[in-house]
Amino acid sequence: MDITTSLLSMQAEASLAVILVVMLLADLIIREPGHRKLQILGCILMAVQLALNVVPAEGEAFGGMYRSTELASVVKTVLAAGTLLVFMQAGEWLGREDTRGKAGEFYLLTLSTLLGMFLMVSAGSFMLFYIGLELASIPMACLVAFDKYRHHSAEAGAKFILSSMFSSALMLYGLSLLYGTCGTMYFADMPALLAGTPLQVMAMVFFFAGLGFKVSLVPFHMWTPDVYQGAPTAVAGYLSVISKGAAAFAMAAVLLKVFGGMVHDWSLLLSVVTVLTITVGNVFAVLQTDLKRFMAYSSISQAGYIVLGALAGSGQGMASLVYYVIIYVAANLAVFGIIGTVEQHTGGKTGRSAYAGLYQTNPRLAFGMTLALFSLAGIPPFAGFFSKFFVFAAAFHAGHWLVVFLALVNTIISLYYYLLVVKAMYITPSDSPVPPFRADGLTRAGLLVCVAGVVVTGLVSGLYGLLSGAALH
Amino acid sequence: MEIEIHVIHYLVISTVMMFCGIYGFFTRKNLLALLISVELMLNAVNVNFAVFNRYLFPDRLEGHFFSLFGIAVAAAETAVAIAIIINVYRNVKQVLTDDITDLKG
Repeated sequence: MDITTSLLSMQAEASLAVILVVMLLADLIIREPGHRKLQILGCILMAVQLALNVVPAEGEAFGGMYRSTELASVVKTVLAAGTLLVFMQAGEWLGREDTRGKAGEFYLLTLSTLLGMFLMVSAGSFMLFYIGLELASIPMACLVAFDKYRHHSAEAGAKFILSSMFSSALMLYGLSLLYGTCGTMYFADMPALLAGTPLQVMAMVFFFAGLGFKVSLVPFHMWTPDVYQGAPTAVAGYLSVISKGAAAFAMAAVLLKVFGGMVHDWSLLLSVVTVLTITVGNVFAVLQTDLKRFMAYSSISQAGYIVLGALAGSGQGMASLVYYVIIYVAANLAVFGIIGTVEQHTGGKTGRSAYAGLYQTNPRLAFGMTLALFSLAGIPPFAGFFSKFFVFAAAFHAGHWLVVFLALVNTIISLYYYLLVVKAMYITPSDSPVPPFRADGLTRAGLLVCVAGVVVTGLVSGLYGLLSGAALH
Repeated sequence: MEIEIHVIHYLVISTVMMFCGIYGFFTRKNLLALLISVELMLNAVNVNFAVFNRYLFPDRLEGHFFSLFGIAVAAAETAVAIAIIINVYRNVKQVLTDDITDLKG
């Protein structure tokens, strides 16, 4: 197989790389102030990317280094759709005086991280996996530190890059020990050589710890709240859904494909970590008053639910994980989009008290936020209920009934703190509520898509069937 | 008397490097010292890859390539990290972790 055929079989990555180059050239050519034109171009290009890759395709290239399954292809489409939504919501923030001049860099860095996640999701060898992971996290640090003149952003950037380096060093140490015992890094050859010797178990734990940082599982979650609070809101939203979703899927895929034979070694580890993640995330979320920090803890606990799908260790589990990620992308981006637009129109307010009386002044925003929060909490008519249901069903099917029970108890706790925000918006009286404002067109369209996703995906029952078909394929 | 050097000798060094790095990462207060600790960890990994390849699988090259990639990626990470640390310094005139605590709770 020559290089051209190899590149052609990496369809999604190839088209994204072309988009990256087009964006780079456009950033050079379009004269300032070009932030609006760049945003529209970015949205159009991402829509083209979606249209080109809407049909799930399998592909293998470079002698098995790259190997994309149908399910991975679905995940890549979901990630691209989420990125499109983030682009639509980022306009107001990028139009601000101090970020206007470097709007192009935002799109470039975001697209590079997306390319990294694509490679990570469809790696066939730990070498490509590592390159993809780093391509996804180095530009992400630049994005977190994007608001150069606000020292919260710089502090968050420093915390992010240092913890990300630390975690990849841990992961690499695990990989080096695996290489020492197997002599190969290819996913296809490794399962036969992994017998669960003590050294291999230690290597697996190091690898798991390294990826646990990226997915922000407890006890590797310490960076998450600080980074989400300090990062620009659009970036925090991107980090909480796209980056987390990609890392969680990649982790589940590696645990199943490579460490499939050591399932007894990792299933106990994963169940303890899952329960801790959900519980600790919930307990700390109750205490938060800043909405960005609150959403950080909420996303930690959601990460626990996502990896519950991996715990099932089956095709059904993978399908429920991807389904969960789809719903989570829609709901979480709606919340972050609303936090972002309120922040831009109130001069940077993100505290929960600022939302008091939002229903009187901006009823539609308050309603959208309520629907998204209900979906995150898992209240029946909305999609979040079904995604939680499928994940629980998959884990229960695999016999992890205690973990499912504890997760269920936590769902009820989470309802309390999501409702605190709803209460602030609808019931708490306020002397100075957020004044009525009208967000710009693309932001409103993006929020509408998110909220529609939350409501409609719950009612369209065929989606999960399609996913599990792709998983078993 | 000649001493023969085996895999185990290299592994002792790389393990010591790795855990010195981890220890440093948790105890140091200066952002640059944290960065140096992480570099120590990454280099321990590179030593591991090179040694495993040289002694256990001499007919293949994967480990050597992995350490090459590791070195290149570590350089990119360090460049970004130092840029961010400079930015932190410009904002708060400090690179000690005890003084960079605006975000907490």
